[in-house]
Amino acid sequence: MTIEVRNLVKSFGSFKALDGVDLKVDSGELVALLGPSGSGKTTLLRIVAGLDWPDSGEVFINGEDALAQGARERHVGFVFQHYALFRHMTVFENVAFGLRVQPRTVRKDEAAIRARVKELLDLVQLDWLADRYPSQLSGGQRQRIALARALAIEPRILLLDEPFGALDAKVRKELRKWLRSLHHEIHVTSIFVTHDQEEALEVANRVVVMDKGRIEQIGSPDDVYASPATAFVHGFIGESIELPVEVEGGAVTLGGRPLRLTADGLAPGASKLFVRRHDMLVGPPGSGAFEGAVRHVRNFGPVQRAEVALSGGQTIEIDAPRDKELRAGDTIGLEPRRYRIFAG
Amino acid sequence: MTMQIADSIPLSASDAKARAQAAAAQDNLRTEPRAVRITIIALAMIFLTIFVVLPLVVVFAQAFSRGVVAYLAALAEPEALAAIRLTLLVAAISVGLNLLFGLVAAWAIAKFDFPGKTFLITLIDLPFSVSPVISGLVFVLLFGAQGYFGSWLRDHDIQILFAVPGIALATTFVTFPFVARALIPLMQEQGTQEEEAAISLGASGLQTFFRVTLPNIKWGVLYGVLLCNARAMGEFGAVSVVSGHIRGETNTMPLLVEILYNEYQFVAAFAIASLLAMLALITLIVKTVLERHLDEGQEPSDH
Repeated sequence: MTIEVRNLVKSFGSFKALDGVDLKVDSGELVALLGPSGSGKTTLLRIVAGLDWPDSGEVFINGEDALAQGARERHVGFVFQHYALFRHMTVFENVAFGLRVQPRTVRKDEAAIRARVKELLDLVQLDWLADRYPSQLSGGQRQRIALARALAIEPRILLLDEPFGALDAKVRKELRKWLRSLHHEIHVTSIFVTHDQEEALEVANRVVVMDKGRIEQIGSPDDVYASPATAFVHGFIGESIELPVEVEGGAVTLGGRPLRLTADGLAPGASKLFVRRHDMLVGPPGSGAFEGAVRHVRNFGPVQRAEVALSGGQTIEIDAPRDKELRAGDTIGLEPRRYRIFAG
Repeated sequence: MTMQIADSIPLSASDAKARAQAAAAQDNLRTEPRAVRITIIALAMIFLTIFVVLPLVVVFAQAFSRGVVAYLAALAEPEALAAIRLTLLVAAISVGLNLLFGLVAAWAIAKFDFPGKTFLITLIDLPFSVSPVISGLVFVLLFGAQGYFGSWLRDHDIQILFAVPGIALATTFVTFPFVARALIPLMQEQGTQEEEAAISLGASGLQTFFRVTLPNIKWGVLYGVLLCNARAMGEFGAVSVVSGHIRGETNTMPLLVEILYNEYQFVAAFAIASLLAMLALITLIVKTVLERHLDEGQEPSDH
């Protein structure tokens, strides 16, 4: 099943939630909509589900005009951030709900419903919770039940709105892996919304980065990390050093001082230089494009993070390998191994 | 906020010893001397006894002052039976109407955004802020012989004032806020996500209402109906204006109590009054039970 949206626009009062969005999702894909809050990702998802309506634009599910149908007819599985389980029903009845409300002509008989619910509870590995109520479950268990409930109607597509947003970090990581392997197993075309880049890069086949109601970049997780298309994407994904520079005839200056960096083919004017923290190589003073004094060093994980005051006055944070000895007060040279310059 | 609480209570709060310590620490926070505490509590108890318990006792004492036989005979009077029947009928009509109106109003307010919503919420409270006598007078102005619809009603031979429809209308107006007030905060808190989930799972509007919305608010509905019923049966002012006090026909129980009392038929008056008092007591007990269910329904949020 494919999903396609064309030129979607949606405003809430004076706030433009979606500002001309085009997106195509192929059959069997697992796509992440990634962006900060207010970027329009949840609105996009709700419009595809039929829970919200666009001001203009088109939505197609498997080639059919979805805007001609209500949420009920679209046959879309939707998983909410706060689970939205029916609190007065047992886990079993929650999962069975979609099967029980079907029109009498197509409704399965009781035995078939029981068998299907059992199958789904096995799939999410929670068959032992069938008689509990949602309030007796942990957050992670609730979200898995919500997923089983959405899958019960054999949805054409699956939409997940910040599915792990309300869970603590450890459970979130487990569920991430679990969702990916589940998708591998059932292969339903899925879109999930998240503001957590790690989650998007780890789970999705393709990542759609959004900001202010527009799509900034669509690409594989590798693409959006290694070759960000815009300054926003570079700043949002991965940890970056951002410096305001001037470009003039292929040369780059920072606060009037020339940097030994090239900017061939870039329009002259104020620009932004982006370097990943771990792409700043440390050398002796005078050896690189930058020079600065180390202010603090903190050691954690595989790297040491140093705060460096550049001679131009800016303060940046770099990640250096732990075998490189850095101490507060040292003067060091810095050379970016890779960098990107964006106009603006 | 959470941090502060965690700091002030030992981390092992689950174990009984720590809990006892916390309780002791709390006890120490009460700085008032013992004598002051006892005086305040005693004052409250005396006040409660004089103004609440004593009147209740007096009602029953008066009702049974000439024995159980006289009490039962007073209740078996045709006039008394007619009043009881009318009260039950009026209560049934107004509770039924207000259940419907209250559900619709609460649904509209809690689940949708529309212009004039704040105005509507304010308007729902109007019957509480207006004196019941005025509520009754409004219906006299509308449906009375000199009222706006008076001549039309007379031409079509429809009797509203001084008849059951008028009493039911006035009672419905006065008791309108109960169901709506009980449901609005409950439905607002529950939001629309469960309904959205139901619809995306293929449920129709009616299926969503009966399988998802109604079960979630059933205790709130019962709570509203209970209070609405208590007020409908006990309403005096508004009903007094529109009833016309026709004996055996348009007298409700509260109206009959007043009439009998004015005629020095104390046993009969207090016998009817005792029924109303029992209604109040039963309402109180059921209310307490319902409130417990409502509290349980409140799921602690975990995010």
